[in-house]
Amino acid sequence: MSDSIVLCGVGGQGTILASKLLAAAAMSKGLPVKTAETIGMAQRGGSVFSHVRIGDGVASPLIGRGRADLIIAFEPAEAVRQLPYLREGGTVVVSTRPIIPVSATIGGPVYDLAAVMAYLREQVGEKLVVVDADAAAEALGSAKCLNVVLLGAAVRTRVLALTADDIRSAIAARLPERFHELNFRALDWSE
Amino acid sequence: MHDEFLMGNEAIALGALAAGVNVVAGYPGTPSTEVLETIAKRKGDGVYVEWSINEKAALEVAAGAAYAGARSLVTCKQVGLNVASDPLMSLAYIGVKGGMVVMVADDPGPISSQTEQDTRTFAQFAKLPVFDPSGVAEAYAMIQDAFALSERIGSPVIFRATTRVDHGYEAISVANPDEYLANTSAGFAKDPGRWVIFPRLSLANHAKIEARNAALAEELSSYAANRIIPEGADSSATWGIATHGISWTYVEESLDDASRPRLLRVATPFPFPEQLALEFLEGLDGVLCVEELDPVIERALLQVAGKHGVSVKICGKLTGHVQPAGENTVESVAAALASVPELGVSAPAASAAAPAPQLPVRPPVLCAGCPHRASFYAVKKAMGSRKALFTGDIGCYTLGNAAPLNMVDTCLCMGAGITIAQGIYHVEPDTACFAFVGDSTFFASGITGVINAFYNQADLTVCVLDNSTTAMTGHQPHPGTGRTMMGQAVEKVSIENVLRGIGLTVVETVDPLDHAAAVACVRRVVDEPGVKAIIFKSPCVVLAKPQARSTVDRARCIGCKRCIREIGCPALSLKDNKALIDETLCTGCTLCEQLCPVTAISGGERL
Repeated sequence: MSDSIVLCGVGGQGTILASKLLAAAAMSKGLPVKTAETIGMAQRGGSVFSHVRIGDGVASPLIGRGRADLIIAFEPAEAVRQLPYLREGGTVVVSTRPIIPVSATIGGPVYDLAAVMAYLREQVGEKLVVVDADAAAEALGSAKCLNVVLLGAAVRTRVLALTADDIRSAIAARLPERFHELNFRALDWSE
Repeated sequence: MHDEFLMGNEAIALGALAAGVNVVAGYPGTPSTEVLETIAKRKGDGVYVEWSINEKAALEVAAGAAYAGARSLVTCKQVGLNVASDPLMSLAYIGVKGGMVVMVADDPGPISSQTEQDTRTFAQFAKLPVFDPSGVAEAYAMIQDAFALSERIGSPVIFRATTRVDHGYEAISVANPDEYLANTSAGFAKDPGRWVIFPRLSLANHAKIEARNAALAEELSSYAANRIIPEGADSSATWGIATHGISWTYVEESLDDASRPRLLRVATPFPFPEQLALEFLEGLDGVLCVEELDPVIERALLQVAGKHGVSVKICGKLTGHVQPAGENTVESVAAALASVPELGVSAPAASAAAPAPQLPVRPPVLCAGCPHRASFYAVKKAMGSRKALFTGDIGCYTLGNAAPLNMVDTCLCMGAGITIAQGIYHVEPDTACFAFVGDSTFFASGITGVINAFYNQADLTVCVLDNSTTAMTGHQPHPGTGRTMMGQAVEKVSIENVLRGIGLTVVETVDPLDHAAAVACVRRVVDEPGVKAIIFKSPCVVLAKPQARSTVDRARCIGCKRCIREIGCPALSLKDNKALIDETLCTGCTLCEQLCPVTAISGGERL
């Protein structure tokens, strides 16, 4: 039994830390875990992804298309870009806040947020969990913990073998103490 | 032993420490960088570690240490091995006393590199043994095997991993520091007949190397990481799969336990485990070779089959069954397996999803507030419509090629920008040539180019983009930073003094974020004769803490989009036809404030 999770977003959004928290939470439960990350040039505002695979019988750190149980998308267009990885009936947790690249303002392909969200709703159906990132940032007083807000929404879907308490322990173990309180609130935040 | 969740590169570092490595030298390059950084963080007192100014220097430092009996490690990426190839090719003939491993990270894709070269092929060319792990746990064990082999045969050994191993994570079991091998070096023993390379010695050693490699090919057939799966060849299989590295895990993802073809996994592609390969081929009608980058195993199997008169069909890249270029994926490997019906692996069902809406493209861009953007923009504005050429180099600033800056006309390899500009100048002397080079690249291999251009009477402007760090690879120190990897605060090497020492008389330093001053500086310098330099000095925004951010006065903004169209800062976008600044990205560099025609942007404070 294994869980395959794709985290995706734009370089600088904190996908790597989120995948590390998932892995730490899995490890503390004694589960085997493998992950793969985008590191390098794409971290400068490019599309980035992490693959996290938890459980037994996993050979490759990379997930095949159509095999992910869960996609945690930090950005709507990136959710669509990674959607081919989702298995049939899989769950998508997506932040509503778009990051509009410079290219979309200076003549490149435009960013049609409404079309992107409509496509996600149509393809994922009731397994789509939409997280209002702006509301979260306002309530928490910081936009910097979107990654933990999304992890909270992800564990509440009960798709994974991990609970909010597992993530909480990982935060306590992996982050400096001065960030604990904010991230604990972020983990439990929901609309 | 204890368990840790480790990146492949961290596992390689801890494996080297467990093997008693004494001296470590390297140059940063994705995906290799974390090996040396981890060693610096986790080492005990007896280990020396440095970021060398380039890979050639690193390899020579490691060779010297190994001459003296120390265990040494070099870390670099595949293109870094090219820089180190001069000493390495000769060192293969001279050999070492202490174990010496050259850890090279290959980058299929390529994700962050200029080439898709395969270090397995390089190892064959250099006649050096090479290890090729397929996962994090194996990398940890195998780097220790590499040290042991190197020391036993008295030769450097190459350890090569690819991005998905280097940057993959696994929870693995590793040794505690008190379990590390303690390697004490005996010191350098003078022996000119051994350490001074001369043609006669090279000929004698060449013959020894060939004999050694033939013997190793035999011996490595029983190396545990080279193996046939399942063990003990069953007679029913008629087709097999030969694979390696991370591609092995992709093959496993496609196989079910019920009907498995025979598998050969090759962990030492050179010297090739010939006996094991013969055992694998026994009774097979055909083999599909699933490899990433070069068809190394495929060629070796063709050779083994021909040499031993084995009648077997060998498929792979050379027959078009496996993609000739690019990174393998779970899907590409599944498709390759399905293309050979005899393997009995069915193709995964194609997805019938509705076509996705058009998505924005996200090429990597210079960070919001990056001083390189301001440097490029200053030169662009200063030159206006004048005939000018802008050569680039390797680093974050290669991203100056993107619209709307369009300020990088060429990029080839580390340090090449200056000498490429010189070559173009000699062909079209009426062009104002600018060579952009970062501070770390300047030290790595830019200085020779400046001397070459200066002495040979070229006319060009060297633009050193000095952000006081090696930014692209994650902020490593270099000789201009005043810090070493041993944690010492040392005298900085001054770029300006180096340039003046060469003989340049026009060397100006300017803050690129002071746009008017930077443009004036470029206009002043460009018409000076000969080779001259401008040092654009401003710290990397990833390291510096922003002071105050810029905001748009929406009442004043006229929606002209000048700020967006001119500089392409990712913090700027348009909302309801007015400029909008993303406060989570803005660093307050003030460049947009300085070019707004109606002074609608304010509040920033540049570093």
